[in-house]
Amino acid sequence: MAQLQAKQDALAARIAGLDLPRGGWSAPARTDALTRLSAMGLPSKRDEYWRYTDPTSLTSVLAPSAAPFEYSDEKMVFTDIDRLRLVFVDGVFDAAASDDPAMAGVEISRLSASGDLHWARDLFGVLETRGQTPVQRPLAALNTAFATDGIMIRATGKAAKPVSLIYLHKSNTSDAILHHCIKVEPEAELTILENGPAAARLNMVMEVEVAEGGKFHHIRTQGRDHERRAVTHIFARLAANALLKSFTLTANGHLTRNEAIIEFAGDDAVAHVAGAAVGDGAFHHDDTVFVTHDAERCESRQVFKKVLKNGAIGVFQGKILVKAGAQKTDGYQISQALMLDDDSQFLAKPELEIYADDVVCSHGSTSGAIDETALFYLQSRGLPKRVAQSLLVLAFLAEAIAEIEDETLAEDIRIRMENWLSRHEGK
Amino acid sequence: MLDIKNLHVKLEEEDKIILKGVNLKIGSGEVHAIMGPNGSGKSTLSYVLSGKGGYEVTDGSATLEGAELLEMEPEERAAAGLFLAFQYPVEIPGVGNMTFLRTAVNAQRKARGEEELSAGDFLKIVRAKAKTLKIDAEMMKRPVNVGFSGGEKKRNEILQMAMLEPKMCILDETDSGLDVDAMKLVSEGVNALRDAGRSFLVITHYQRLLDHIKPDFVHIMADGRIIKTGGPELAMEVEQNGYADILAEVV
Repeated sequence: MAQLQAKQDALAARIAGLDLPRGGWSAPARTDALTRLSAMGLPSKRDEYWRYTDPTSLTSVLAPSAAPFEYSDEKMVFTDIDRLRLVFVDGVFDAAASDDPAMAGVEISRLSASGDLHWARDLFGVLETRGQTPVQRPLAALNTAFATDGIMIRATGKAAKPVSLIYLHKSNTSDAILHHCIKVEPEAELTILENGPAAARLNMVMEVEVAEGGKFHHIRTQGRDHERRAVTHIFARLAANALLKSFTLTANGHLTRNEAIIEFAGDDAVAHVAGAAVGDGAFHHDDTVFVTHDAERCESRQVFKKVLKNGAIGVFQGKILVKAGAQKTDGYQISQALMLDDDSQFLAKPELEIYADDVVCSHGSTSGAIDETALFYLQSRGLPKRVAQSLLVLAFLAEAIAEIEDETLAEDIRIRMENWLSRHEGK
Repeated sequence: MLDIKNLHVKLEEEDKIILKGVNLKIGSGEVHAIMGPNGSGKSTLSYVLSGKGGYEVTDGSATLEGAELLEMEPEERAAAGLFLAFQYPVEIPGVGNMTFLRTAVNAQRKARGEEELSAGDFLKIVRAKAKTLKIDAEMMKRPVNVGFSGGEKKRNEILQMAMLEPKMCILDETDSGLDVDAMKLVSEGVNALRDAGRSFLVITHYQRLLDHIKPDFVHIMADGRIIKTGGPELAMEVEQNGYADILAEVV
């Protein structure tokens, strides 16, 4: 009990300076979240779920100072993509810097919008609550209670272009709590792009409901800043024949914990979650994924690749839970780390828990160094060692990047990777 | 062209001496063959010349047109004009064959201070050369050597050689794993590249490859040294009598 008390004390300190919004359509969900959160307290290093990643800097009262990235030679990712841009500066929506949020097939509102956003009310905090069992995720409940901004997006048809959430970080001490809700109606299709470091510290939740036959694509980059910290949760529920594809590229950052909690509620749905992470030096990156199959003939794929050097740390906790009755499930999970030196670490905890008897589930986890034989082969054809090494690193990441369906977006991500690699060549 | 003098090599990690004083001089436009029993050091010689790690040169030198190879990085040796056709071409998942080839060609051109080939020019050249080696577009799109048959891998090596246009080509048991037709195809590819400015060192166990790629000189290697040198007739002798007679003769 002493441990729970300590977690609740930490929570009391953390939220002492935060305001719980009392009005508006989101208020009941927020009050409920606070009640749930108060019972849990904040996560601590002693929690099994935080065994490999110390949450201290994510739960501290103040965000640890983080300088924004100054380097600006490289244009931002997605710059050349035709998209609807919504800009946040240190976690606050910047209407002046954003495009007019009007687009055929899509309704866009702010979390703080007045009136009753009925569809969002049925989603806000709902998937987050479902995602609290069997594993507690207090930082997500904290987000639901205290989120200061966010975007509610509802796709009713095929969106004409991607909605691009751009997160700028300008203040050393910004502490952003963003909560987005996304509803993809039956047979509708939406692509969400996210990029930028957002703040010195970011707590982001995205709840995604994909209705029958709906398609949701999500491509995210978390890059540039070296000192930022972030914890993100994606809670997704898929109805029959729905599709979700999420890809995240993470480069730099002191600490990043990305959780994806996916639930198959209807038959014949498909969900792919992929990530490529590259870290050099003080970099701790954690992918924590929980996929629940509660319907028949659904396909899930988890593909996570990490490239680590100079003491960077990679974590993967991935679980596939196949409930009784979820027959003909096709589950796949791979997590791999490429260690470019002897100082880096990869900590992986792949899990399968299966209660149905007619399923195919496979998982694998590896860590290793660059293949010296392949390196020599490339060099012997005239490729300088660094070029050869970059080519092999990109080849290693290719399986994750291949999860991006749109080839233009995939190419954009590949170029980011190449640029990062060339900046981080050698020691 | 290539001048190897008194080359001594041991394994880096253990005290095993593999080459014990190799001397070999290959003139411009010449084709030399090295034959020898297993473990005689043939493949080691090809690896040491091309710069593979894991070996330590304890004595001697190897120069290509006067430049010391042994002090260069593998990619510098390639840019200087050396090419090794691997006995076991390496599979590289995730790297497209075409991308790899173009990167290699342009890296070498850049290292030599030449202009890089444009995508269009490159494509034109590679298509023509691939066709003569019966390498189809599908193979070019696949990752380097992944899922290639033994014959396809060797043809791919020859295609790389044709694209990179090296001065000194080393073929390490290029005939291993090839059926008669594939050997003929590969040999034709090699023969098409023979000219006055290009030399070859063909490493093989068997004489039959030398029916297709006719050597000017044949060397017999045993226990880390070249113990006998002759013309093509020496290969015939090996084919008929094995190595035992020659080894006995020398000892």
